[in-house]
Amino acid sequence: MNQVQSPPAGSRLSLATRTASVSPLSATATLAWRAMLKIKHVPFQLFDVTMTPIMFTLLFTYMFGGALAGSPREYIQYLLPGILVQTIVFITIYTGVGLNTDIQKGLYDRFRSLPIWQPSPLFGALVGDLFRYTVAGTIIVVLGLILGFRPAGGVGGVLLAYVLVLLFAFAISWLWIIFGMKVKTPESVMTASFVFLMPLTFASNIFVSLATMPPWLQAIVRHNPVTRLANATRALMHGQNTGEDILWVVGTSVAITLVFAPIALRMYHRERIN
Amino acid sequence: MNAIEANGLVKDFGKTRALNGVDLQIRSGSVYGMLGPNGAGKTTTVRILTTLLAPTSGSASVLGHDVVRDARLVRQKVSLTGQYASVDEDLTGQENLILVGRLLGMTWSEARARGTELLKAFDLQEAASRQVRTFSGGMRRRIDIAASLVTRPEILFLDEPTTGLDPRSRNQVWDLVRLIAVEGTTVLLTTQYLEEVDRLAERLAVIDQGKVIAEGTSRELKSSVGGNTLHCHLLDPDQRAAANQAIHRILPDSVLPQTDLTALAVKVPDASKAVDVLSALTRAQVRFRDFSMGSPSLDDVFFALTGRGAEPLPKNTAQKEAAAS
Repeated sequence: MNQVQSPPAGSRLSLATRTASVSPLSATATLAWRAMLKIKHVPFQLFDVTMTPIMFTLLFTYMFGGALAGSPREYIQYLLPGILVQTIVFITIYTGVGLNTDIQKGLYDRFRSLPIWQPSPLFGALVGDLFRYTVAGTIIVVLGLILGFRPAGGVGGVLLAYVLVLLFAFAISWLWIIFGMKVKTPESVMTASFVFLMPLTFASNIFVSLATMPPWLQAIVRHNPVTRLANATRALMHGQNTGEDILWVVGTSVAITLVFAPIALRMYHRERIN
Repeated sequence: MNAIEANGLVKDFGKTRALNGVDLQIRSGSVYGMLGPNGAGKTTTVRILTTLLAPTSGSASVLGHDVVRDARLVRQKVSLTGQYASVDEDLTGQENLILVGRLLGMTWSEARARGTELLKAFDLQEAASRQVRTFSGGMRRRIDIAASLVTRPEILFLDEPTTGLDPRSRNQVWDLVRLIAVEGTTVLLTTQYLEEVDRLAERLAVIDQGKVIAEGTSRELKSSVGGNTLHCHLLDPDQRAAANQAIHRILPDSVLPQTDLTALAVKVPDASKAVDVLSALTRAQVRFRDFSMGSPSLDDVFFALTGRGAEPLPKNTAQKEAAAS
């Protein structure tokens, strides 16, 4: 029963012995390569990221532009920075979806059983997310320029605004990572995130200014972090000075990261109950 | 030194106790089987031994390294192929192997070369540039095992490597396991299939409800159940009760319980009693074929130990293999 058949010629596994372990940076870079490959093989992932903002920008600019700001061209000056915020805040959920998929597929176990710096799969995935944000951001700004968006802050202002949105996205990614480890299926990450993100992005001043809202709603919307972020983004793109909002966004992002990144990493190290 | 040692491993998930004191001593350089039904604690044990879970109490060491304190050292020396294909379905076969190679410290060109070599050895070279999601079940298993062999692990953990595979793919995996063992890697394999451990493993542990309930070679386990056993296949499972009755009259309490009603196993003191049993069956007009004398099967052993049957291999497999041998 336990007799071993002699291996067929040429099919020896000729196993190499293990080499030295890799640095955290190299492991992260390899896993970032993996994230890029996934985008290359599943370009549909980018469809979501590109089509939604294009649709929103076109719809809102031409349908509501006249009513809300007198003309589409005037409205897009207000709307476009907000659309950038909305889009990127929304696609941060893919961080949680991707992690949850890896856990369900068993890939998480493979990575965790390798002698690598344990959080590198998380950071590798974040690099892929960064690429998605960049693609989405570029498309929105280019489309805006075509439609007549003229940022007074110039290239520098737009880039600074983009960096600020990224900082915020990076911070809330940690929440999705925690969430992605807690729930059972990638679909429930999606659903629950929408329940959270829909009110967060719509009950903000992305589409209309605070002044048009009833006072009780103003009170809520004013304290929505997305409103703060949209204000700061607008200010940077149009070269206005709202240092307070910018500081608030930076401070909040740093605070969220400092609180939730350690929790996420500790959870990642720890076991999961299946 | 034992390759794997576990002492009183207990693992609780909330209120459920998944492991209830697992002890293991596994020597290096062999295929070791861990046999048990679904939910017996096989996967939990493997996950503790591969540092993915910490035990609630008890301790385990792999190649002399404690799985909790020296987790990283353990990870450097072992590979795990989990129950689900743990490769990235969006990536191609080749890319998955390069990914693992790079994470294990190979250069790009080393990783690429090793990937090509493994794809060839695992008969996957034609699928090298296809996404894994297009692979068949057997191909997935093979790429998954290949990913565990990018560098040579001292111990390879295979968690139910053939569950859900068709007979041909199962045989391919069995050949691979033998080959891996020949090349000097200790293999710990979990399975629900008795035939699998019987074919591959030198020693095995039977695990049930979070405990090791028997350990040894399959020969030892078989002789612990009883000496000579007469096996025969009933043509009609409905005649099982009649058969049991007929045998009970001449040899009380000697029929070994079975899940498969057509498989009749009878403990007999000697060959002449076996002849009596067969003629009693004939007199009772029980139709049968293929009788043989031998030691009890692992199925008998499992039943004797737990009072329940283990999973039989899917029916068509057993028949095809009987036809092939």
